[in-house]
Amino acid sequence: MKILVSVKRVPDPYAKITPSATGADINRDGLQMAVNPFDEIALEEAIRLKEAGKASEVVAVSIGGAESQEQLRTALAMGADRAILVQTDALLDAPSVAKILAAVYQREQPQLVLMGKQAIDMDENQVGQMLAAQLHLPQATFASKITLENGSAIVERETDNGIETIKTPLPAVITADLRLNEPRYVALTGIVRARSKPLETLTPADLGVQVQTRMRLVKVEAPPARKAGKRVSDVHELVRLLREEARVI
Amino acid sequence: MKILIVAETDGGRVSEKTLPAIAFAQQQSPNNFAILAIGENLQCIETLTGYGAQAVLTVSHPALTKPLAERYAPVIAHHAHQLGADAIVATTTTFSRDVLARTAGLLDAPMLSDIIALESANGKLVAKRPIYSANLIGTFEVEGSPVVMTVRGPAWGKPTPTSAESPVQSAEAPPDIPQRAEWLGLQGGSGGRPDLTQARVVVSGGRPLKDPETFEKYIGGLADALGGAVGATRAAVDSGIAPNELQVGQTGKTVAPELYIAVAVSGSVQHLAGMKDSKVIVAINTDPEAPIFQVADYGLVADLYQVLPELTELVKNSRA
Ligand SMILES: Cc1cc2nc3c(=O)[nH]c(=O)nc-3n(C[C@H](O)[C@H](O)[C@H](O)COP(=O)(O)OP(=O)(O)OC[C@H]3O[C@@H](n4cnc5c(N)ncnc54)[C@H](O)[C@@H]3O)c2cc1C
Ligand SMILES: Cc1cc2nc3c(=O)[nH]c(=O)nc-3n(C[C@H](O)[C@H](O)[C@H](O)COP(=O)(O)OP(=O)(O)OC[C@H]3O[C@@H](n4cnc5c(N)ncnc54)[C@H](O)[C@@H]3O)c2cc1C
Repeated sequence: MKILVSVKRVPDPYAKITPSATGADINRDGLQMAVNPFDEIALEEAIRLKEAGKASEVVAVSIGGAESQEQLRTALAMGADRAILVQTDALLDAPSVAKILAAVYQREQPQLVLMGKQAIDMDENQVGQMLAAQLHLPQATFASKITLENGSAIVERETDNGIETIKTPLPAVITADLRLNEPRYVALTGIVRARSKPLETLTPADLGVQVQTRMRLVKVEAPPARKAGKRVSDVHELVRLLREEARVI
Repeated sequence: MKILIVAETDGGRVSEKTLPAIAFAQQQSPNNFAILAIGENLQCIETLTGYGAQAVLTVSHPALTKPLAERYAPVIAHHAHQLGADAIVATTTTFSRDVLARTAGLLDAPMLSDIIALESANGKLVAKRPIYSANLIGTFEVEGSPVVMTVRGPAWGKPTPTSAESPVQSAEAPPDIPQRAEWLGLQGGSGGRPDLTQARVVVSGGRPLKDPETFEKYIGGLADALGGAVGATRAAVDSGIAPNELQVGQTGKTVAPELYIAVAVSGSVQHLAGMKDSKVIVAINTDPEAPIFQVADYGLVADLYQVLPELTELVKNSRA
């Protein structure tokens, strides 16, 4: 069984993000970039399935500029077998990203697509669902546990109402939530070995995809700051202020 | 703009979580919105009437007893198309993220997630939404129709009751609803406490609460004294101290109660992303430098084990 995992290049989750001087983007000077943490979890899951003998090949795919090779190298170092960069500097919205991934799916014919539920830069949480819809595949979003058996996946999903369990035949699109697993630390041997693994570069045109972007980010600003309030000396003062000043209890 | 609101349901009943989406429609298009509720023999339809919707459409079908995206999305796409909706809207929740993004995929429509403001300018919609874990606000321009949107509950609040009628009409399910994915079960529930995203008061606890019993005793105890809901940090959830669905933050729920009490919560950006719009924030933490104090209206530097029992008693007495 082949698993396709999408990998987005995003700012490091612990980096401080500020608006750029023009306010049209974020400040990217010296910004550390990383694999989207949710994609790292999806990759880890795919690699574990391969290690458990349930998958035969793990293919990582990223869409973006040449610099996204870095994140694909990380994916290869973690244990993906090969990688595909769909190289483009075009402005893409989520439906366009999903269209390109759908074309990669058609070319690769995997039995499972695993991806993060959300990219931590734009936080849209859309691409997996759009991809599944475009391919007419079932979907299981926000997975916190995946069990494969007899051509189906039993997936525990993190919902606002609790853990929901669904069963879906494969092929399907599954998106990873944080508690699915803890991604491994990449060993030095993996980094060395990754250099010889195949990384193919394609363009959207090679895949026959024409993208049309209907949504664009025009301004980035800091949210209104909350000012720090006062320190109270004990619970009596706290309860008095909550009652008399804030009037919330 | 013609708006189709998708009501949140679990297949059996309509949830009040739909209300912010109705408030959004009242502000954006007060005379031109309809509501679609999907399930089988839905209860609590009256949650949706009395707010001026032109119609409340209910689709009832045995394949729709549980909210599976694969089944709900084509029903929404079908009715959006029939109505000629310009916007398909729901309150941001895991239900809407799952179902509406698939609907956008079926309709090849662009989607705005979790918006906090919307206006139109030169034939384009201009929306604001949190990005980068709510560290920043992005302004997005989007073209085309329909546009799918989820709206951030706390930003839109509750709808205003009106005297206009909202006739409830039953509507057809399209033929050939795909039924590959099956629903097997749901574990969870708020144990009789108010829903976290709806509650007026939320008390949240962090990792130092040690174990589920301690968490329940201290955090649950104070929440009950206040008639509030319980929340938790990811660290508390990951350590098995609190159940997953209580997580507040970037990857958990977004809440904006009147009163948020953070107990032994450090105040990471990811946690703040889910609660910093609360009206009044109280922080109780042993570390005077903890980042949570930067957003707290009232900060108490203290050991939770020493102060929480007394605080809980005082609250009980003051409410008695
Ligand atoms: C070349 C390029 C240029 C862009 N330029 C801009 C810009 O100028 N302004 C702007 O606002 N946005 C830009 N974007 C970002 C784009 O708007 C978003 O990536 C897109 O809308 C998807 O939203 P999201 O990342 O929040 O996806 P989500 O739906 O949150 O992502 C879910 C999952 O989809 C997958 N995924 C998403 N994007 C990619 C990707 N690129 N490659 C592989 N997997 C992916 C990941 O697995 C991710 O976990 C650009 C993107 C690309 C690829
Ligand atoms: C991609 C990503 C997504 C994330 N999403 C979320 C999310 O949605 N929600 C979330 O919460 N986190 C999220 N996190 C995790 C986040 O970064 C923090 O690790 C987490 O919020 C810390 O939880 P905490 O405050 O309970 O623990 P800690 O950081 O360990 O803080 C405990 C605090 O308790 C104080 N304390 C200790 N003992 C006592 C005592 N006896 N009395 C009073 N105070 C005491 C300490 O001074 C400290 O400030 C995410 C992280 C990543 C990378």
